[in-house]
Amino acid sequence: MDTNGIPQTTPRFSATFDPHSLSEIRRAAATGIYDIRGGGAKRKLPNFDDLLFLGASMSRYPLEGYREKCGTDVILGSRFAKKPIHLKTPVTIAGMSFGALSGPAKEALGRGASAVGTSTTTGDGGMTPEERGQSKILVYQYLPSRYGMNPDDLRRADAIELVIGQGAKPGGGGMLLGQKISPRVAKMRCLPEGIDQRSACRHPDWTGPDDLEIKIAELREITDWQKPIYVKIGATRPYFDVALAVKAGADVVVLDGMQGGTAATQEVFIEHVGIPILAAIRPAVQALQDLGVHRNGKNSVQLIVSGGIRNGADVAKAIALGADAVAIGTAALVAIGDNDPQYEAEYNALGTTAGAYDDWHEGRDPVGITTQDPTLAARLDPVKAGRRLSNYLSVLTMEAQVIARACGKSHLHNLEPEDLVALTIESAAMARVPLAGTTWIPGSTNP
Amino acid sequence: MENLSFDLEATPLREINQFLHGDASNLSGKTIHISNPNGAHNIAVGLNAPVHVTIDGHAGYYAAGMNQHSTVTVTGSAGTGVAENMMSGLVHVKGFASNAAGATAQGGLLVIDGDAGLRCGISLKGADIVVGGSVGSFSAFMAQSGNLVILGDAGEALGDSLYEARIFVRGTVKSLGADCEQKPMDEASSKILGELLVKAGFQDIDVDSFKLYGSARTLYNFHVDNAGAY
Repeated sequence: MDTNGIPQTTPRFSATFDPHSLSEIRRAAATGIYDIRGGGAKRKLPNFDDLLFLGASMSRYPLEGYREKCGTDVILGSRFAKKPIHLKTPVTIAGMSFGALSGPAKEALGRGASAVGTSTTTGDGGMTPEERGQSKILVYQYLPSRYGMNPDDLRRADAIELVIGQGAKPGGGGMLLGQKISPRVAKMRCLPEGIDQRSACRHPDWTGPDDLEIKIAELREITDWQKPIYVKIGATRPYFDVALAVKAGADVVVLDGMQGGTAATQEVFIEHVGIPILAAIRPAVQALQDLGVHRNGKNSVQLIVSGGIRNGADVAKAIALGADAVAIGTAALVAIGDNDPQYEAEYNALGTTAGAYDDWHEGRDPVGITTQDPTLAARLDPVKAGRRLSNYLSVLTMEAQVIARACGKSHLHNLEPEDLVALTIESAAMARVPLAGTTWIPGSTNP
Repeated sequence: MENLSFDLEATPLREINQFLHGDASNLSGKTIHISNPNGAHNIAVGLNAPVHVTIDGHAGYYAAGMNQHSTVTVTGSAGTGVAENMMSGLVHVKGFASNAAGATAQGGLLVIDGDAGLRCGISLKGADIVVGGSVGSFSAFMAQSGNLVILGDAGEALGDSLYEARIFVRGTVKSLGADCEQKPMDEASSKILGELLVKAGFQDIDVDSFKLYGSARTLYNFHVDNAGAY
């Protein structure tokens, strides 16, 4: 720019006080309350894109794409449960509550998962008949709030997931703001309508891993040792947390990274607490290996990982690093219709754009997924949305098989860290695989 | 009425609980004694029939957890989480109860003749609890619905972040938690208290000797001026 003949520098934004930071300061100053939103970490993080499969060539034989079998099934809960879970695909649907999601959205998740032989999971708010009815395999979450918790539903469940934390907010409790506490949600949670519900972050009747062991034993006794018991943790100190969960008697550990979504939490919590799933899987697997329960026949504790899974390559990479299955939440919501560009004008009216909408706590979701408004919720056809989800789950499974066959594996679970290399030093250190073209695993070997 | 006895020193807990989970029509009306509990955890959890169970001695964690329909008596003391998440029925502890007694209970009546530890009635969701003695700190934390009756004293932060549960205290309260306040004893509350005292076996106690506490409801929707209370 040239003013009065004197050359000027171009306007320059601060890299520290960038436009988003400035807008947040102004928003905080105007309202006096922290920013609340849904979803997981949006910042750029080391992730599965930083890993590559090597594939087969001279030293390993690939499998024929459409002729040679590549298994995808997984058994969860073989250690103590009389009735372990058998899934046809290792991609499960993560816990999301009725309350956070509409009834039709929960039904769609059940329909889509059941069509491909995988499980869905309840959330902080109890089990609905729609969800139980449409989910062949339903995991029932046991949360600190105990909203809607009852022994009849425990007995109706196929597995029980004792939730200690989640990746979006390890150390935080649930949150559902007044706009979504409809009469039905209020009744299920035994709360007054329209209040801001803030769930406890600690369980009311146990503290620490020694108590947890007794709590797990209680749940087993109530259900006559039939149901697998999962323990879900947010990724923070995965080696120690997984070891303690195993010691407490978990059949399955669910490990959720910071990219994993939430219905509503403070932005500062989502973006600044917890670690990416890429950094959490290897320490978790190490704990299972050190305790002799990683892929060790009947004495196995299975590991489900979640947080940022988008495609079959992510699924294959998680399994190669040692997970037995993955869980998807955000991707499942997108598959059934979340942030659909066809509603762009309505997203604009909410001050956002399709793809960036994350004010799920406000209950004004144009596609009718994260809402309790009956008019909006009616926009989602649970049958068609369920079909979209089953299509997507099939694609994830087939994509993972494509990669596994290229690596010469007759089952997804035969994928291993030796099939992987890393593109960055950070991801090499976190995933404990060599930097591509080298033998260097930062933290484990010398360059 | 048929009487059955189990000795926990001779019979594994799993067998006893499995028996107690049997066909409700076979269990209905039966009285079952469990001897030598010696502090074992998870005794008589998940019952779902109108059966009478007496635990002769001290129980460990979660005795009568998630109870439905049955009457469970602990002649000694009970560990953490007695009658946690009870749905219906009656649980009677003749001695003392440890922490989190009646946690998240949704229905039924829990009677503790002696004192209860910390967090009695935490996250209560509709059940009634009558404590003959005193309760520890943080009792009725986030209690949503139901009634907690305390014949003795209450510890610190009683009823913190309380929702719609009622708390009746006959003795002193060391301190009230955030958003818990004393309320005038209205007729409906007085009637509930009187009936609970009779049901719990304390019929000679005057309801007018109690104070009523409930939610001030100032924290139901966030406001920045209340930030210090959270």
